Amino acid sequence: MAHFNELLAALTPLHLLLMVVGVAAGTILGAIPGLTATMAIAVLVPLTFSMDPATALLLMGAIYTGAVYGGAYSAILLNTPGTPSAIATTFDGFPMAKRGDGDLAITIACLSSVFGGLVGAAVLLFLAPPLANVALAFGPVEYFWLAIFGLTLISAISSGQLLKGLIGASFGLLLSCVGVAPISGMPRFTFGSTTLLGGIDVVSGLIGLYCIPVLIDLVARPERHLELQEASRGFRLPEAIRLCVSGIVNLIRSSLIGAFVGILPGAGGSISGLVSYSEARRASKTPERFGQGEPRGIQASESANNATVGGGMIPTLVLGIPGTPPDAVILGALLVQGIQPGPAMFSGSGTIVYTFIYGLFVATLLMLPIGLLIGRYAFKSIVTFPKAVLVPIVAFMTIIGTFAIRNSVSDVIVMIVLGVIGWFLDRLGFKPSPIVLGLILGPIAEQGFVQGWMIGGATGDPLSIFLSGPLAICIVILILLSLFYPLVAGMLRRRNAGGPKHG
Amino acid sequence: MQTQTSITKIGLSAAAIIVAALAGGNAWAASASNYPSKPVHYVIPFGPGGESDITARLQQPFFEKMTGQNTVIEYKSGGGGAVGWAQLNSMKGDGYTIMGTNLPHIIVKPLMGNVGFKTADITNVYMFEYTPDAIVVPKDSPFKTLEDFITYAKKNPGRLTMSGSGTGTANQLANVRFDNLTGTTTTYIPFKGTGAAYTALRGGQVKAEWGYSTVAANHPGEVRLLALATKKRMDIFPNVPTFKEKGLDMVGGTYRGIGVPKSTPEPIRQKLSDLIGKINANPKFKHEMDKRGFVLLNVPYGKMDAFMKQKEAYYKQLANKAGLTK
Repeated sequence: MAHFNELLAALTPLHLLLMVVGVAAGTILGAIPGLTATMAIAVLVPLTFSMDPATALLLMGAIYTGAVYGGAYSAILLNTPGTPSAIATTFDGFPMAKRGDGDLAITIACLSSVFGGLVGAAVLLFLAPPLANVALAFGPVEYFWLAIFGLTLISAISSGQLLKGLIGASFGLLLSCVGVAPISGMPRFTFGSTTLLGGIDVVSGLIGLYCIPVLIDLVARPERHLELQEASRGFRLPEAIRLCVSGIVNLIRSSLIGAFVGILPGAGGSISGLVSYSEARRASKTPERFGQGEPRGIQASESANNATVGGGMIPTLVLGIPGTPPDAVILGALLVQGIQPGPAMFSGSGTIVYTFIYGLFVATLLMLPIGLLIGRYAFKSIVTFPKAVLVPIVAFMTIIGTFAIRNSVSDVIVMIVLGVIGWFLDRLGFKPSPIVLGLILGPIAEQGFVQGWMIGGATGDPLSIFLSGPLAICIVILILLSLFYPLVAGMLRRRNAGGPKHG
Repeated sequence: MQTQTSITKIGLSAAAIIVAALAGGNAWAASASNYPSKPVHYVIPFGPGGESDITARLQQPFFEKMTGQNTVIEYKSGGGGAVGWAQLNSMKGDGYTIMGTNLPHIIVKPLMGNVGFKTADITNVYMFEYTPDAIVVPKDSPFKTLEDFITYAKKNPGRLTMSGSGTGTANQLANVRFDNLTGTTTTYIPFKGTGAAYTALRGGQVKAEWGYSTVAANHPGEVRLLALATKKRMDIFPNVPTFKEKGLDMVGGTYRGIGVPKSTPEPIRQKLSDLIGKINANPKFKHEMDKRGFVLLNVPYGKMDAFMKQKEAYYKQLANKAGLTK
């Protein structure tokens, strides 16, 4: 085995202890809506200056890994993604919790996260320098098409309610335009108010649209939030393992999608989870079960978002270009330490980087016992807490969490207003996910389009650039497939059924 | 009923504790002689990990060693810094809340629309650094020198694409100035931040980048600087000419300073200015800044008005040429 010393370096008692603490702290922080991996790492940065770079990286990686997994708890138990990465986990996680399988859902999320995390770390270990070029191949045009592809997922996440899904996404796109425009720098749709100047932050939108309606419903309805089970059923580990073994193809596919999306600097865990979810649904023989509490939905989302951790490290460490927002903080911390990321990190005496990668494997494995234990506790507390305690605590956390994103009261106001709007929309059948999807993808599409148009304009032909290059064409084909697949599949089925008559 | 009242009580006492904690510091503050006597909140109006964060992190240990007090770095991002600056004057002016300020941002943003603050609303106490503008090309670019670059730009008006960070930024204004001085037309493509502009350069989506000295310092061996907007050559890039050497009057970049709320008393402003000046004078700090591509600058509180006046005139004229002003 190459880099045996680095593996040993990752396993010193100090490193193990820091990783246990990091994973546990990350998991808990990630579970609280608003407290994201980015913030958890940023808070920790000053602490890492007194450490040597490898130790600092290990600790930050452990927190990151834990936080991405922790987002699943609130997604499953409260229908509120704790971090944007866990949006797709709500789709089947909450229905499972509603029918009394919340404990199983959390164990599945833990197993899937560990699996995805390991795949992501393996991709980072073996393929980092060659795959870093993927990050560079994605230009404005490719991001524009990627965002459009992302928007086609609306059909996957609003089954039977396509029109409402589209209206919701348009609302989300509109919301994403508020604030100082990303390209022109001009303030728009702010109506002269400084509250709207910073735009609508994705995380505050997330908390408002998902969590506030849940809280209002909790108060408005007499029944318990989740059914209390009579006897403890433990972790339900054997059951979860069986489900993961039978869904192994789904896990592998989702992890690879997650790692790949992580490499793209303009896309993160939220997009990788959503893409994997819709691919899992497309590949399934029983797509109608998705959204009703299908364990494979959780597997797809959770394995993908944890694979994004390793994937995102690839451009960060090889090119010095952060793959995801938390990576930007890690990169900043490295630069303050005087460490320059680059291909040189991987060649010769790549001590720091390989210690870190092995550490990422170890941290991911540590997530199994730590995640199961904390998950058990989170499940028990949410299920057994009386509503009168649960609602104020969650409400308090949403406000603290929203404020903490940018230390801004404006974000809290935006969150509450969106929450109330979201509750009314929910009653009318508009789900939060298409709105949030629009909010996330709007800026990516807008920037990609304007930049592509300007670059194309420099050569005198602003349009043809959008179809130049194999990558752009590939994504366009994916979009067409995604849009017309249900139609074509239906036609094929009908043709096959009616085949003999024509034959 | 009983449980409900006790819960309310818990809630109320929790709120009381928070209020007390927030208000706690006020009583024993606001005296310049023993300033700082408690941790100073250093607000960065951008997200974590950027250059404003990095320079603040580099100042942090020196501030602590000198004063015995911590600086607590906080982020209030949004609107390209506008959200933070718009709130600066509503913060407590006791010297324990300070905020990073950036040029040309605080001059150009208010020209572009209602961003919640005017340039005059920002009280700068010190400008401690600038990150010089630079033309960056990939290491395998056909442009070996600035002359190559200008010759190509003249032959192919509009076709030379350059990425840069945002609109109304140092990058874009440098581009306007450069085009004006050389009589060329290049196409500036704004990206969201220096990282994204660099990615576009490395990915070959643009031919060159309006970047900074730090781009080359952070990615050694990957890129070539054609020229730097410094007065004289930088020690870490002895082979990179300045624009001045090439006959182009371009010195500047993104300036970083520290601002305070308007209500901050004069003696504290002065004391803070002295402290930041002392950090700048420390050779160890200079070494840390130099090797990362930052150029130290010393504009203390007493000279701030003259400095800002000159910069305002300079950037206003460029912003007009760029068509940014309403």
